[in-house]
Amino acid sequence: MGRYLVRRLAQAALVVIGVVVLTFVIVRLLPGDPAAAYAGPRASPEDLARARELLGLDKPVVVQLGMYMSGLVRGDWGMSLHTRQSVLHDLSIAFPASLELVGTALLFAVIIGIPLGLMAARFFGSPVDGGIRLGSMFIAAFPVFLLALIVQNTFATKLGWFPVAGEYDSKLDSTSPLHLYTNVTIIDALVTGNWPIFLSTLHHLILPALVVAAYPIGVVTQMTRAAVSEEGSLDHARLERALGFTPGQVLRRFSFRPALNPILTLLALVFAYSLVNAFLVESIFNWPGLGKYAVESIRSLDTAAVAGVTLIVALAYVIANLVVDIAQTFIDPRVRLT
Amino acid sequence: MTIVPPEELVPNKQRLSFLSLARGRLSGQKLFIAGAVVLLVIIVMALLAPWITPYPQDAQGGVDPVNSLLAPSAQHWFGTDQVGRDVYTRVVFGARTSLLIVFSVLFLSVIIGVTLGVIAGYAGGWVRDVVMRVTDVFLAFPALLLSLALCIVLQPDLQTAILAITVTWWPWYTRLAAGVAASISGRAYMDAVRALGISPVRAVFRHVLPNSLTPVIVQLSLDAGGIILTAAALSFLGLGAQEPTPEWGLMVSQGQDLFTTAYWVSLFPGLAILVAAFAFNMLGEGLRTALDPRRVAGS
Repeated sequence: MGRYLVRRLAQAALVVIGVVVLTFVIVRLLPGDPAAAYAGPRASPEDLARARELLGLDKPVVVQLGMYMSGLVRGDWGMSLHTRQSVLHDLSIAFPASLELVGTALLFAVIIGIPLGLMAARFFGSPVDGGIRLGSMFIAAFPVFLLALIVQNTFATKLGWFPVAGEYDSKLDSTSPLHLYTNVTIIDALVTGNWPIFLSTLHHLILPALVVAAYPIGVVTQMTRAAVSEEGSLDHARLERALGFTPGQVLRRFSFRPALNPILTLLALVFAYSLVNAFLVESIFNWPGLGKYAVESIRSLDTAAVAGVTLIVALAYVIANLVVDIAQTFIDPRVRLT
Repeated sequence: MTIVPPEELVPNKQRLSFLSLARGRLSGQKLFIAGAVVLLVIIVMALLAPWITPYPQDAQGGVDPVNSLLAPSAQHWFGTDQVGRDVYTRVVFGARTSLLIVFSVLFLSVIIGVTLGVIAGYAGGWVRDVVMRVTDVFLAFPALLLSLALCIVLQPDLQTAILAITVTWWPWYTRLAAGVAASISGRAYMDAVRALGISPVRAVFRHVLPNSLTPVIVQLSLDAGGIILTAAALSFLGLGAQEPTPEWGLMVSQGQDLFTTAYWVSLFPGLAILVAAFAFNMLGEGLRTALDPRRVAGS
């Protein structure tokens, strides 16, 4: 167990270093001159040279990479050109808002996708299974921005059941200001007992979270169906049926738990995918998350900000994978031995 | 007891598994056929685009402000956009763009990914370790994210989008091919290949590669839908194909602010993305069900 953990952590650290190097390479591929952007449009050649020296651009690439890495470790992720704030500060506001959205979406995916997948596995090969399978493939093929437009237009603009955009009613900022701890609005509102903002956030959250959840629901359903039905075909399931357990009992008691591992692995993958997929949903629902920040950074060619977004999503993915892998060793002891 | 030569065992085994898998294969075939038929229609429409659209000049720069934002009618089946271009014409031409992206990305990813993977899997040892750690790094970036970063740094256009998606896609095939190649290189016939003194390069390309292709082909068809969605998302954000290229994601984004009043500008290209991605998914799932015996064992 200990050896597995150490090996797994070392592997994650290696990937993180690789991610940083790749981000650095992408940022330095930029045709523009970072020194020119830093010094401003009316900089003299001397100003430019000074900026180049200040930013370390006169040094060899390897030294620049070292400076970049040590900056990241010290919390210096660069300055955003369009917000004029440190990138890390911007991310500390935008990332929790995205987590709020994607976390809720994954919750939907689990509570809708897993039961649907179990039902399909229970009636494997029947019309129920066929319907669920086709439906889950259909929803996974839906372009998320089209779904966002349709859902927003139908349930917010036309029917008025939900707010059109935003994270919560901004008027509440003056009547019941929110104390920030985690920057995840719904959690901060909950722990401080700020019910007006909590309810307003919940109301604003449902539509975009459902849209982000569409793809995860589809793939979680498919994976649950596949993993559980495969488990149900193994010898142990045949024995359990022979012992007189009903098909439903075999499914719930014996086939579901070993099938949890592939589902968890999938969730880690889907988490990172959804963070990025949410970019498109956030820009449509005006959700103040990473996606909105990324889109604004893209429009203003804000390289430092884009690099920051890229890094934090990749890091989130590496961490999610690590957490899932470690969780798996508790669910399924066989993992530890491999 | 006589020893049965292995070749004679194979057809018998296939027949057996075919019987037991008949139901799964049948359901796989239905999906496969449904997906294939829809894709065939899309491909034919893409090829015949200039002859089956009423206003082929609208596919590129045609501007007709008098007829802007007309609702769907007999003259304009899918209505017209802000500058008066026929949306139906542009959706049909958009199939060309999407198919070009999908096939280019798949082709390039397979060439890079499978070659690297087969070499890594066959060589094993530190070669395999290095290649796998590199793929780990690339796989830590969700496809759309790395494409986003690349498209910002490079000039955003169709070629960049293809390149960027390829950069994010090849590692999947590397891992897949490496796994298959490693299992193949451990088999008896590869010992024979080595014993015959066949060079490693020839061993890889003549004996390992062809046998690694089945899972890759299944994966290809499963991935095609994802590539369509990624490409559409990139151009929706303004980082893929540029105006006036008829590209579905770009068309949806151009109509998004008008969705309440002129839904057709965004809806039809959006539905085209959905239909194409869904068709590829059905094709891929069908292939997988038909080719992978484990998938149907649960019945």
